[in-house]
Amino acid sequence: MADNTMTPGGAPSVGVRLRSMLGSWDAVVLIALVAVAVIGGLTIDGVASPRFWRFVTLEIIPIALIALPMTLVVITGEIDLSVASVLGLTCVVLGELWVSGVTSLPVLIGVCLLLGALLGAVNGLFITGFGLPSLAVTIGTLALYRGLAYVVLGDRGVANYPVTWTRKAIAPIPGTTIPWMILVVAGLAVVFGVVLHATPVGRSLYAIGNNAEAARFAGIAVRLAKFWLFVLTGAMSAVAGVFWTLRFASARADNGVGLELAVVAAVLLGGVSIFGGRGGLVGVLAAVALLGTLRNALQLAYVPANTLTIVTGSLLIASVVGPNVVGMLRERLRRRRTTTSSASAIPSTVD
Amino acid sequence: MRAGTRHVRVVALAAIAALTFGMAACADDSGGGGTPAPTSSGGIKSGLKIAFLPKQVNNPYFDTSDNKGGKVAVDEFKGNFSQTGPSDTSPSAQVSYINTLSQQDTDVIVVSANDKDAICGALNEARANGAKVVTYDSDTNPSCRDLFINQATADGIAKIQIKLISEAIGPDGGEIAILSATANATNQNAWIEMMKTELAKPEYAKLKLVDTVYGDDNDQKSFQEAQGLLAKHPNLKGIISPTTVGIAAAGRYLSGSTYKGKVQLTGLGTPNQMRAFVQDGTVKAFALWNPADLGYLAAYAAGALASGVITGKEGDKFTAGKLGEYTVGANATVLLGDPFTFNASNIDQFNF
Repeated sequence: MADNTMTPGGAPSVGVRLRSMLGSWDAVVLIALVAVAVIGGLTIDGVASPRFWRFVTLEIIPIALIALPMTLVVITGEIDLSVASVLGLTCVVLGELWVSGVTSLPVLIGVCLLLGALLGAVNGLFITGFGLPSLAVTIGTLALYRGLAYVVLGDRGVANYPVTWTRKAIAPIPGTTIPWMILVVAGLAVVFGVVLHATPVGRSLYAIGNNAEAARFAGIAVRLAKFWLFVLTGAMSAVAGVFWTLRFASARADNGVGLELAVVAAVLLGGVSIFGGRGGLVGVLAAVALLGTLRNALQLAYVPANTLTIVTGSLLIASVVGPNVVGMLRERLRRRRTTTSSASAIPSTVD
Repeated sequence: MRAGTRHVRVVALAAIAALTFGMAACADDSGGGGTPAPTSSGGIKSGLKIAFLPKQVNNPYFDTSDNKGGKVAVDEFKGNFSQTGPSDTSPSAQVSYINTLSQQDTDVIVVSANDKDAICGALNEARANGAKVVTYDSDTNPSCRDLFINQATADGIAKIQIKLISEAIGPDGGEIAILSATANATNQNAWIEMMKTELAKPEYAKLKLVDTVYGDDNDQKSFQEAQGLLAKHPNLKGIISPTTVGIAAAGRYLSGSTYKGKVQLTGLGTPNQMRAFVQDGTVKAFALWNPADLGYLAAYAAGALASGVITGKEGDKFTAGKLGEYTVGANATVLLGDPFTFNASNIDQFNF
């Protein structure tokens, strides 16, 4: 491969870009994913089977759906912890509407999307309108939205959806075992990826995360951008909610409890800095797949739930520490290189 | 500078690989199972892989039912016992474990459902792939399982509580009251109705139900309601609380009041919550089922099902070790039996 050659326009060649990508955290996560899949496939009975990947895919679809907008939110230096409660509330509203006679799926999906966007807008309003920290606001709405879900359905469950709907939700791509919904996730991922990595909007999100003050002076509508990100996150959580309801054929107020932690874990493991301004979608999607695959593979290997929690926790710590260690090592190496080069120029008395 | 990155990458990879390998290695010990072969223990084959999937692991109730009951039974017919499950009571996590058990070629999944509907699809997929499904403690939709092991009937629960309060108060009888959960709890109301029917019988003629109050399964509210009952009915002789929250709260109130030993208390409770009140004399006896027996019966039913001794048809009979013979009832349900009575003589044998 011809690396290090510059294209006429002065942009780095594909080779250079490929190499710089391989040196990134994204690559670490991707390689870990492949490693887990290969090692798991070779050592654990069943991991190599198509059924395994069907189950993994079903499990990661809702997490991936929410992780897409969450990545953008965290890149701007904010966080949304209310996503699982938005999912739960849209589930019960869908169930309640179905029970009260709304039988058109497009209408139900439309209402749920609007509701999700509205719940996200409430978050966005408190955060950008009143300048409150997103951590505090969304911990509040995490409880509030979950509470509302219990008000709507109590401890009842709605389960009698048409079999055609529930079957369609988890139907495989013809000729495979992989659910077709993953194509929707893939399509959305491309859209999110292009917006984040190849448009001025995406670049402004990084600018906001790095220094909101400077971004504002540079003419970026910081508050507006953040507001719409929360609306988007709410709507995507609602999409996940609709999928959740149909996949499990059950709308209950406790649907998806704790899912926000799975999403945030994937976003952080994917290399997005919790302080904002750094990270990308490739790493996050790889992390979603990595966590899902690892969990299911270990489960197949008879690893008990307690150990699984420890593994996930350790990975999360590694994800927060990892990129920092990479940065530190780079810095130290660069310093050493400068000192050795200066040392060779000037005869040293030390050493 | 790239060397440093590579170094970290290698370390990270090595760590992950080590983790995966390590786990896989540990797992091999518990994983293998022999080919099932017929033996003499009630027609149940040996070597069956029977997995218990409780609502939640690390839960004393399910540790008792699974490890003190299910495992004992599976060991008796030389099967392969395992207990697995989520650390939180979430239906979606249970689905993931059902999928895993199905892929592990488990012969029978014995499950207590967190959501009777949400795990249905996964259970049916597992059945389509050859597993049998037995529910215990908490049922799913009947269409998603082969057999349900019912711990107690509403009738049995009502009868035992009236019997216990009558025995505690003595032959002179007197006024009694009920401390329930919420006013619209279906099972509570069904039990209360059956208790009233039971009280109408001549042998309980001297017991008079004067009040029913609701503690909403909230500890503090139940405590206050118990207090209120005694203030309102000075001649009250006994309280029945058919809810574990209510009976514990009422026990706490009575044991710290002058009514201790004078006003009797019974109902449905767990030994760990009620131990102190049984030991200090506030409560003479209370009822629940024995979770160890429930797990034991579920395991034998699972073994019988997987060995073709029973199919889940009404009238099918099988022998459940020390518990004796059981018959499958309507809706593919097996009833454990009458509720179990806990008192000072046996409470220390239980930890849940």
